[in-house]
Amino acid sequence: MNLTLHVWRQKNATDKGRMTTYAAKGVNPEMSFLEMLDVLNEELTMKGEDPIAFDHDCREGICGSCGFMINGVAHGPLPKTTVCQLHMRHFKNGDKLYLEPWRASAFPVLKDLVVNRSAFDRIIASGGYVSVPSGSAPDGNAIAIPKQDSDRAMDSAQCIGCGACVAACPNASAALFTGAKIHHLGMLPQGQPERKKRALRIVAQANAELFGSCTNIGECEAVCPKGINLEVIAAMNRDFLRASWSARPDAVVAE
Amino acid sequence: MQLDSRVPSGPIEKAWENYKFEMKLVNPANKRKYNIIVVGSGLAGGSAAATMAELGYNVKCFCFQDSPRRAHSIAAQGGINAAKNYQNDGDSIFRLFYDTVKGGDFRAREANVYRLAQISVDIIDQCVAQGVPFAREYGGTLANRSFGGAQVSRTFYARGQTGQQLLLGAYQALERQVDAGKVEMIPRTEMLDLVVVDGKARGIITRNLITGKIEAHVADAVVLGTGGYGNVYYLSTNAKGSNATAIWRAHKRGALFANPCFTQIHPTCIPVSGDYQSKLTLMSESLRNDGRIWVPKKQGDKRAPAQIPEAERDYYLERRYPSFGNLVPRDVASRNAKAVCDEGRGVGESGLGVYLDFADAIQRLGKATIVERYGNLFEMYERITGENPYELPMRIYPAIHYTMGGLWVDYQLMSTIPGLFVIGEANFSDHGANRLGASALMQGLSDGYFVLPYTIGNYLASTKLEKVTTSLPEFCAAENGVAEMTKRLLSIRGNRTVSSFHRELGKLLWDHCGMSRNEAGLKEGIQKIVSLREDFWKNVNVLGSGEELNQALEKAGRVADFFELGELMCRDALDRNESCGGHFREEYQTPEGEALRDDVNYSYVAAWAYPAVLHKEPLTFDYVHPSQRSYK
Repeated sequence: MNLTLHVWRQKNATDKGRMTTYAAKGVNPEMSFLEMLDVLNEELTMKGEDPIAFDHDCREGICGSCGFMINGVAHGPLPKTTVCQLHMRHFKNGDKLYLEPWRASAFPVLKDLVVNRSAFDRIIASGGYVSVPSGSAPDGNAIAIPKQDSDRAMDSAQCIGCGACVAACPNASAALFTGAKIHHLGMLPQGQPERKKRALRIVAQANAELFGSCTNIGECEAVCPKGINLEVIAAMNRDFLRASWSARPDAVVAE
Repeated sequence: MQLDSRVPSGPIEKAWENYKFEMKLVNPANKRKYNIIVVGSGLAGGSAAATMAELGYNVKCFCFQDSPRRAHSIAAQGGINAAKNYQNDGDSIFRLFYDTVKGGDFRAREANVYRLAQISVDIIDQCVAQGVPFAREYGGTLANRSFGGAQVSRTFYARGQTGQQLLLGAYQALERQVDAGKVEMIPRTEMLDLVVVDGKARGIITRNLITGKIEAHVADAVVLGTGGYGNVYYLSTNAKGSNATAIWRAHKRGALFANPCFTQIHPTCIPVSGDYQSKLTLMSESLRNDGRIWVPKKQGDKRAPAQIPEAERDYYLERRYPSFGNLVPRDVASRNAKAVCDEGRGVGESGLGVYLDFADAIQRLGKATIVERYGNLFEMYERITGENPYELPMRIYPAIHYTMGGLWVDYQLMSTIPGLFVIGEANFSDHGANRLGASALMQGLSDGYFVLPYTIGNYLASTKLEKVTTSLPEFCAAENGVAEMTKRLLSIRGNRTVSSFHRELGKLLWDHCGMSRNEAGLKEGIQKIVSLREDFWKNVNVLGSGEELNQALEKAGRVADFFELGELMCRDALDRNESCGGHFREEYQTPEGEALRDDVNYSYVAAWAYPAVLHKEPLTFDYVHPSQRSYK
């Protein structure tokens, strides 16, 4: 099948950027979306044109490297699917596709479809952990954890940090990402000692990174490749409110 | 060269404990005076960087991905072994040690493996404390599943995303240290050379992948946790960015490369569908717990699987290996799949595939249980193939998955260059000629959380380290070398892309040094690799400049190293005139077609100096006596 691709091309962070049109010819429906771009890049290279830069690594939908907008939808049309796992059999001959990078001021574009998501790392660094130095752990079965709690923690822990939630949100909020981490650790007994501090610091850091506020629109949940549930945002808000009222001043808030 | 493994004397159960007492310690107040570089942020590198920072060392950690959370450990699916014996089914440290040495076909160092089995129990505790949501029973205790090569249930798991959850645990510990100012995390940066001063590893040269800036970094010790080299085959289950450049360039600086031909072919991957294919996707080995593997009895039987009656199916693993059945180790399962396909009984369009069938399991356990155990894997299969595995059996075929070989290290995980430590898949140490499932995560975390943080202290406390700066000639020369190579790759402007060379190299290696090997094929393979490499340096086309994000340039440097490594793999495979584990030489097999080891002549670690000079570390087995592996 043949497709028309309109792709965002931007040389570097300071370049203004523009859409450029390419013809993808003879696309095999069994290819993944990124394999289709690989083939196009090979052709561009042989023509002496700069290949399209995009982030990708595992191509199994778990590393969270890949992701861009396809016709305005983060990771494209298939639910719960990263762009590396999206196959061309879901498109049809003659389709026109617009490929753009994640758009958010907290995710500046580095080149073409590649953005800088290190704000997510700084959010985790602000409190997305349990402070347990290596070697100081009790036996793994010392604390029984109800299966349903552990399963719910796992539902949130599955977040791959791809940033689709931010890209899909009209406010560019990172609430699904921050909520997922706060909920994951908050569901487990190991996460309790730092629960309040975690909520305060993570929310403050997300604000400092210029992610927007959540207004419960739900676009994030709709595009999340791991199906993270909107309820994690409610859980985060509960923890944040409770901590704001009751936390002692030594629960340090990020600058 | 005399290779000293520095294994502590005395009984194996006490070796690690004795070592920990005898090693020299760095005073807590002095730890902050030491700078350590960690390259790689996966289970090994990430856990090591976090732990050393917790101890007080200053750590600089590098990764080529945009975040340390994306290291390829994240893709591990099935689980992590530990000798907890929570299932009360007869497991013990000795049994895990025994299974691993036997599974590795008696080509691993006993003392290392024993230590690994001992530490396995601490890893689970550490990860649980970090908040890793392992699967649990209704009573709240940790759940286990079975894996290949073992008859006890000792694998801990978090659905089909165990690697992800363990890596996020290590990543969060690492980010905590970033916040504390003890780790400087440098993502999107690639190590391109090792700097050796006065015979000791004292720094690295890196390239910033966004700006192209080439920089030198000084340290008192350098740790490589950069993973395996499976991508030398182009098609593998590795992430697209996984590469051998860090270990290969360290090798060229003097670190010996051990057992390069020991590569693992994973039996359960989704078969190749076309020439454009960029990578292969693994279906976790845990599927073999409940799935049954079969092919039609008749050659060329093209009927749909449901039309083939039970009597005309060959459940060949259950037939040939009644006691382990579908749970034989990976090398055995892979070779058998190849054998039935070679007989013309393979399934799917290409004939390169076998069925992995869940119909019996769904009938026995109900669909809900199967969804809970493997739901995400089934979804992934359907996403890729467009077929529903609840209704049709999966089609699987072996693919390159893991490399047991790597830089040679002693018991302290130090390479032949003092001050250069190598951890996780990047070293060769614990899996011999074949790794058992759920043991890679165990080894990466064992090295990072619990071994290296001790042994590196011993090195620092017992070594006199002069002050060095990046203005030393050694640093300048290395930096210039890197800049030269970048310039050279960009100046060729030939008529073939980097990927097309890589694909051809991969095909050559798969054909000549893949699932089975023979003398003539290996010799031919070496010749072809050498001539393709010459062509690469004349005809590769890398556009753009070195001062920008240039993904083709990154790839070109990595493929250049794969060419050299691929040749060494063939030389090693040619030199090892026996079959063991993942290394199957057609000339050396039993009448039933099983691997035929030669313990008299080949019970050694083949450690290669650059360029291709062989040294040997003899292996002795005092606790597990080498026997022909039998899973019948």
